[in-house]
Amino acid sequence: MDLENTWTVTRKDFSVFRKKRGIIFTWIALPLASALGFPAILFFLVMRHHISYTQLIPLFNAFTFFFIMLASGIPIGIASYSMIGEKVEKTLEPLLATPVTDGEILLGKSIAAFIPSIASTYFGAVIFMIVINVISHQQLGYYFYPNWTAGVFLLLAAPLACLLSIELNIIASVRVSDVRTAQQFGGFLIAPFLVLYVFGEIGVISLDAKTMLMVSAVLIFVDILLFFVSRSTFRREEILTKLN
Amino acid sequence: MESDQMVIFKAIIRVGGYALIDAENLTKKFGELTAVDGLTLHVEEGEVFGFLGPNGAGKTTTVRMLAGLISKTSGEAKIGDYDIGNRKDRQKIRRIIGLLPENVGLYEDLSAYQNLDFYGRLYKCSEEQRQERIEYFLKMLGLWDKRDLLAGTFSKGMKQKLAIARALIHDPQILFLDEPTANLDPEASKMVRDFILELKKEDRTIFLNTHLLSEAEKICDKIGIIKTKLLAVDTPEKLIQSLGSKKTVIQLEMVNDAIVQAVRKLESRKVEVARNKLVIEVNDPIKENPDILNAVIAAGGRVQLVSEVSPTLEDAYIKFVRSMK
Repeated sequence: MDLENTWTVTRKDFSVFRKKRGIIFTWIALPLASALGFPAILFFLVMRHHISYTQLIPLFNAFTFFFIMLASGIPIGIASYSMIGEKVEKTLEPLLATPVTDGEILLGKSIAAFIPSIASTYFGAVIFMIVINVISHQQLGYYFYPNWTAGVFLLLAAPLACLLSIELNIIASVRVSDVRTAQQFGGFLIAPFLVLYVFGEIGVISLDAKTMLMVSAVLIFVDILLFFVSRSTFRREEILTKLN
Repeated sequence: MESDQMVIFKAIIRVGGYALIDAENLTKKFGELTAVDGLTLHVEEGEVFGFLGPNGAGKTTTVRMLAGLISKTSGEAKIGDYDIGNRKDRQKIRRIIGLLPENVGLYEDLSAYQNLDFYGRLYKCSEEQRQERIEYFLKMLGLWDKRDLLAGTFSKGMKQKLAIARALIHDPQILFLDEPTANLDPEASKMVRDFILELKKEDRTIFLNTHLLSEAEKICDKIGIIKTKLLAVDTPEKLIQSLGSKKTVIQLEMVNDAIVQAVRKLESRKVEVARNKLVIEVNDPIKENPDILNAVIAAGGRVQLVSEVSPTLEDAYIKFVRSMK
């Protein structure tokens, strides 16, 4: 695999994404809403119901877990647009006529979707953690963030969930020809994380660093598997002949 | 290592015209549907080859097979020294060809310069080569001043020219142009056609898919007519000549049976009547026209005008395509 070609595809996608207002809005609005919305809920609980931040610590972890879901949600739009955009704008045929390989195209597009998605997630997560530290420091007597649990959630599980989402969306967008269908397919991905979240809330599992390490181990395996699946399902001939 | 004999043999072929595209019995089927059936053709270095055929005749499928984009079902084809059936060779084929697909497929959110630069990078052109070639082509196409404008803001003709420049950015040995003037207005079509003529002057090997006969006649050295099967392949002149006779048109004050019979008696030639005109097939107009005119006048015809109609490529095309029905 030629990484120079991969990076060329990535750079091109970056340049295209920069011109798409909808995509830029997703990168900024979703993490910002999460970063400010969750602390607002906590602040409301403390002020109106006189609950202490110490009692709310389990919710801190639950909200941090939401950023894993965010990392898997943000790339849905980008990843599906990335491939379907090429199909709809008929740019795929000249691209496939170059010496670039399927693996280079797919990896290039995955990186192009991954970098802004994870950066956007971190942007929201950092604001969230700062706000939580500011509002809870006085009662807790220490800064809640950073901690190991948040580290595993954000530095390990979130990127892996993001990759999983990208790969699933690319696989879906190779098979279909409109962005919405691909996005609906990609949207299913949030379901397992939602189940994990609910299990955590009702006490079936504990949403802690240990659990997320195990989830991450599964995600690594699935991510690698999906990369090879996406390569094998990327059939140039089928894509080209279905385009016309 | 190639033997000395083989090297000499190849050199001889090159001097006499080296077949850059060499297809033998090439066939493509999509399930039950045969898109291209037993295609055999050779395109020599520096030749502009026109591929004519109606919609759905297999022109685009042929280009896609030759460009290594889709697989063949059977037969053989070589692009330069590379076999289109060999997976590794297909990668090499893509390096030596440039393709303008039917849908130009430009990145509309990128500028003209960025579009060309992206492809230049994928073809491993150095930064210097990219800058030099982008400037050369954009200036040649009259787009240099618009290099920083988004491709999406360009007119159809400008997009088409930009897409041809994209296909040339790596200086390919063979250029495949699939319907380069389709859906363009006459002015834009002329703009693109003139550009192809400029490329022809540079001795580039061009494989041109078109259903515009006038375009093929003006540009191509050799023409193939396809309707799933290859129906004919030759120079435009020879394809026209294959129709045989020319036609002499005599406009009369009035046409009657006596005049028609008088002309028909002359070597029992074919005569058609269109209003007050006689359309007569002739092999050698200079030699035969005086006798025909004498016969018409002797039969009481009053001649107003005499003109000559030569068969066109359109006549040849229609003859070959209809022969398949």
